[in-house]
Amino acid sequence: MFDYVWLIPTLPLIGVLVNGLFGRRIEKANKSIIHWIACGSVGLAFFVTLIIFVQMLRLEPDKRFYDYIWFTWMESGEFTVPMGFQIDPISMFMCMFVTGVGFLIHIYSIGYMWHDEHDEGTYFRYFTYLNLFMLCMITLVLADNFLLMFLGWEGVGLCSYLLIAFWFSTKEFAIAGKKAFITNRIGDFFFAIGMLLLIVNLGKHGIWSIKYADVFAHVSLLSPDLITLICILFFLGCTAKSAQIPLYVWLPDAMAGPTPVSALIHAATMVTAGVYFVARCNILYTMSPLAMQIVAIVGGMTAFFAATIALTHNDIKKVLAYSTVSQLGYMFMGLGVGAFAAGLFHVLTHSFFKALLFMCSGCVIHAMSGEQDMRYMGGLRKKMPITFATMVIATLAIIGFPGFSGFFSKDEILWMAFSSPSGNFMLWLIGVLAAAMTAFYMFRLIFMTFFNECRASEEVKKHIHEAPKSMTVPLIILAFLSVVGGYIGIPKALGGSNLVEHFLEPVIGFGKGKLFQDATGTAIMHGAETAGHHSHTMEYLLMIITTLIVFGGIFTAYMMYMKNRSIPEKLAQKVPLLYRLMLNKWYIDELYEWNVIKPLHTFSIFLWKITDTMIIDGLVNKTAQFFMWCGSMLRHIQTGYVQRYAVTFVAGTVAIVMYYVFLLYI
Amino acid sequence: MNQLNFPIISFTIFFPLAGVLLLLFIRGDKEKNYDLMRKAAFVISLFEFAVSLAFPIYFNSETPHMQFVEHVSWVKSMGLSYFVGIDGISLWLVVLTTFLVPLCILCSWTYIQKYVKAFLISMLLLETAMVGAFVSLDLVIFYIFWELMLIPMFLLIGVWGGPRRIYSAVKFFLYTAAGSLLMFVAIIYLYYYNYKITGIATFNLLELYNLHIPISIQFWLCMAFFIAFAIKVPMFPFHTWLPDAHVEAPAAGSVILAAVLLKMGTYGFLRFAMPLFPYASHQFLPIIAVLAVVGIIYAALVAWVQPDMKSLVAYSSVSHLGYVMIGLFALNIQGVEGGIYQMMNHGLNTGALFILVGIIYERRHSRMMEDFGGIAKVMPIFATFLMIVTLASVAVPGTNGFVGEFMILVGVFKTYPLFGVFAVSGMIFGATYMLWMYQRVMFGPVDKEENKNIPDLNLREIAMMVPIAVLIFVMGIFPGYFMRKMDASVSLFINRFNKDYQMYVQEATGKNNTNLAITNAALILSQDRSANPDEIKDRPL
Repeated sequence: MFDYVWLIPTLPLIGVLVNGLFGRRIEKANKSIIHWIACGSVGLAFFVTLIIFVQMLRLEPDKRFYDYIWFTWMESGEFTVPMGFQIDPISMFMCMFVTGVGFLIHIYSIGYMWHDEHDEGTYFRYFTYLNLFMLCMITLVLADNFLLMFLGWEGVGLCSYLLIAFWFSTKEFAIAGKKAFITNRIGDFFFAIGMLLLIVNLGKHGIWSIKYADVFAHVSLLSPDLITLICILFFLGCTAKSAQIPLYVWLPDAMAGPTPVSALIHAATMVTAGVYFVARCNILYTMSPLAMQIVAIVGGMTAFFAATIALTHNDIKKVLAYSTVSQLGYMFMGLGVGAFAAGLFHVLTHSFFKALLFMCSGCVIHAMSGEQDMRYMGGLRKKMPITFATMVIATLAIIGFPGFSGFFSKDEILWMAFSSPSGNFMLWLIGVLAAAMTAFYMFRLIFMTFFNECRASEEVKKHIHEAPKSMTVPLIILAFLSVVGGYIGIPKALGGSNLVEHFLEPVIGFGKGKLFQDATGTAIMHGAETAGHHSHTMEYLLMIITTLIVFGGIFTAYMMYMKNRSIPEKLAQKVPLLYRLMLNKWYIDELYEWNVIKPLHTFSIFLWKITDTMIIDGLVNKTAQFFMWCGSMLRHIQTGYVQRYAVTFVAGTVAIVMYYVFLLYI
Repeated sequence: MNQLNFPIISFTIFFPLAGVLLLLFIRGDKEKNYDLMRKAAFVISLFEFAVSLAFPIYFNSETPHMQFVEHVSWVKSMGLSYFVGIDGISLWLVVLTTFLVPLCILCSWTYIQKYVKAFLISMLLLETAMVGAFVSLDLVIFYIFWELMLIPMFLLIGVWGGPRRIYSAVKFFLYTAAGSLLMFVAIIYLYYYNYKITGIATFNLLELYNLHIPISIQFWLCMAFFIAFAIKVPMFPFHTWLPDAHVEAPAAGSVILAAVLLKMGTYGFLRFAMPLFPYASHQFLPIIAVLAVVGIIYAALVAWVQPDMKSLVAYSSVSHLGYVMIGLFALNIQGVEGGIYQMMNHGLNTGALFILVGIIYERRHSRMMEDFGGIAKVMPIFATFLMIVTLASVAVPGTNGFVGEFMILVGVFKTYPLFGVFAVSGMIFGATYMLWMYQRVMFGPVDKEENKNIPDLNLREIAMMVPIAVLIFVMGIFPGYFMRKMDASVSLFINRFNKDYQMYVQEATGKNNTNLAITNAALILSQDRSANPDEIKDRPL
């Protein structure tokens, strides 16, 4: 009944092909056809997704699974990989917001890119890449096996590279793109090893398939140590894609790309792929408490650590970038403590409000003629009312202001971090501190951008204007979603029914009605089932504490950036070391540069100049020279003088005669 | 005589040679005849390609045996025969060869301006030799074609090459010829030994497969073949002729060298060295695996710091062929098929890279990366093609490179996971050096005056890049079509190898009954995964 699912990836593919092959000509003829094709294809993809989603909701929860095999992709011997799409709650959940938010950002891009003044960034190229991204992202979430997922996974990385380096004439942008790709490749290295171990070890038991369904049904064949190893390898892959410690370094630099790209790829969709993947593999992860622990700790650390960096940055997009890293850390923390549904819920709400934040910042940057430094902004509230209003809504959502979407999803994660068996007080505390910092730096951003006097130059001031309709309409829609998006997942403690968790239950739920049933898997997962059985009183209490701390963050920001604006400078002077550390991102980039890249580069030069050219090739040439030397020695015999030949001849004859004479007399 | 009732293989081998004869009738000293000759040669090679498409079309993928066979006795007293045939292993390599030659002629259209006639004759002669070497099943015929390849290639580098062409050409010739001579001695000895044992004088490869060679002799024969092929591949540390040859060769020479000539080495392992000497091959396995993995990483690192685009691509070849080698020596179906697939991918991708570097060299007369920057803005179509080829070269999923690499890795992980882990690291380094090059050449501001007005690709150049780009994706998304045709032959190869190997193992340990029992038990266990009984107990996981 879902046989038309192939339409979802095919529609953006058509966009890619048409715009990619003929875009140059179309753009010359009529520029607007480009975005009609691009937005149209994604819009239709969203529409198809919506139909499938509704169709699926009509089914019994236990029957919400469908595997559509398009054709066989790879086959060699007993090993085959299908090009197949899987429809189940988790893939539809992801696909819904990927196509939905993607569609909105496509529309927003029209306004943003229409007047692009960089002449290397042509319009059709932008939309081709954007459609290609949608194609890969859809493949990623719909794939029914690990390898096809990996196709999407690397594909989105590639699009990210292409779009970060979109304005490639600026060298820094090009380098940022390369950094993103290579960092992701490092992650993929681990990911690939994990996948290969999985394939080969299941193969030993005769399971030559890496379809999710087959793998999850047979995990019990693998030893627990192996599962832990595979889970950790997969998670290392996720740390690159979803910008976690230690491979997060590419994401802040990735802000070099056009702002809609930051919204789509580096906030709403691609970077959440890691979260999706871990949630998708929840059966593997729940079998390995150690891996879960690592996921939770890394997530918590990242949430905290990235927030500290965001405190001091002045570039509006960089602040948002670090906040993305921090929020992704939250999601992983949620996954790590077994709150898979909560983690995915936060992916959803985050995609709304973070896309919105980036798009608002895009409007601001657009209005400020490309200025991104908040020190030269200010007072935009009056000139850009829609942007201001929507951005405040998004900010309230991200800091978890009661009633906004972020509140519900964040609260769910924090509660699980506290109450689930794999969570503990420390994790909760880290989460709450990060929340306080989030509140602080987000309001700092709002105050610096929209309040007080405008600090831009006169030239720039003249051009400040509200964004065009194609940009503001998506903002309003997303603002709406940022508010109400949370109500689909109101936790039970607040009288809600937590629709998200119910919806995802067949693929994630704790032990009941799972589609991928596994004997041992269920047994192990019973441990996680006890989660959330604390009293509601405790939950309320924690909720109140968190909210109060968040208010504290807002108040501090107000004091420092509205009331008494000399405080930040004084503070920076008081603790110069800490300030510099934070401002320079704890010198992590430099650490990598000097400890990994530089030595490797030097080593490579050594290999080339010394090992290769001098030793190996030297030996080759020396061998040749040796034979030449032999030749030149032997040449002395071949002098061409008849007399010498005669002498040699006589000497030889004498020697032979003497030899026989000698023999005769012995 | 074969399914087509037509000596199609002979036709494919000798048709380019007939083309050479045709070219001889055109006066080569008149400049106005240049275009005529180019067109003639192009049409000949294109027709050749069209004919060779009959191989995949009429190929029967059910049978593992040789197809389109032609077997004619040549010198009866010596057992020489003209024996050619195609199976799943050589099928795609032949097609790859005939596919690339027309492209090479196209890419030399304006690149080669002197001795055009001689150049075209060399190309066609080379084509005859290459196709001949891939289809020969008689050792002497094979050796003739094998050596015949050297001469046109030597001329291509030495006549139309860069400033250090003489040094490079001589180095290329002597280095590979030295290896070939070793192989020739081994061939003669093999022939002699066979005659001594069976009383039959033959160079027929398929008959020699069945020859039982004592282990001590096998070792030396295998060594001779291995060195010959390892130089050709080239495997670390026999690779230093390659960067020199590539850097100096004209674009078309580099394409053929990388895309086809290097495959002769890997193909030689598969067709000759491994099946003829299974026991010795197996003994060499650890060495080969180590050298292959070292080659992958070492060459990638060296490629990273090359200032010259061509030598970067040359080193990347060494790295990619390390993958092929470790895939072949994984000795299971995924590894070997992945290896063959990767041979084709490498031919296509690296061939394309050399064409592209040639295009830019023709315009700017420089290959140094520092001389470029921001080319993507000046040459957007060029940039697109280079991006596609770069992605294929770094094995992004969806392109052909990924399929080959992944299959190889599956094969390697089946047999020796630890080597697999090192091999996967090539993924990172590959991306590093390729993107490094792309960024430095294509991105950034156009800061050099002479780069501001480079013309983008013309129609001819687009026409030669489009088929490659299309194939990159087709092979990346529908690899099944290509791999299915290999299945039967590769299975036969692996089964025969394992069976023969076990026979030799039993012979080696036969004197000791306890040993035999253990070995047998281990062998039964290892049939699918690995042929080495010693590995069973210490394999991790």
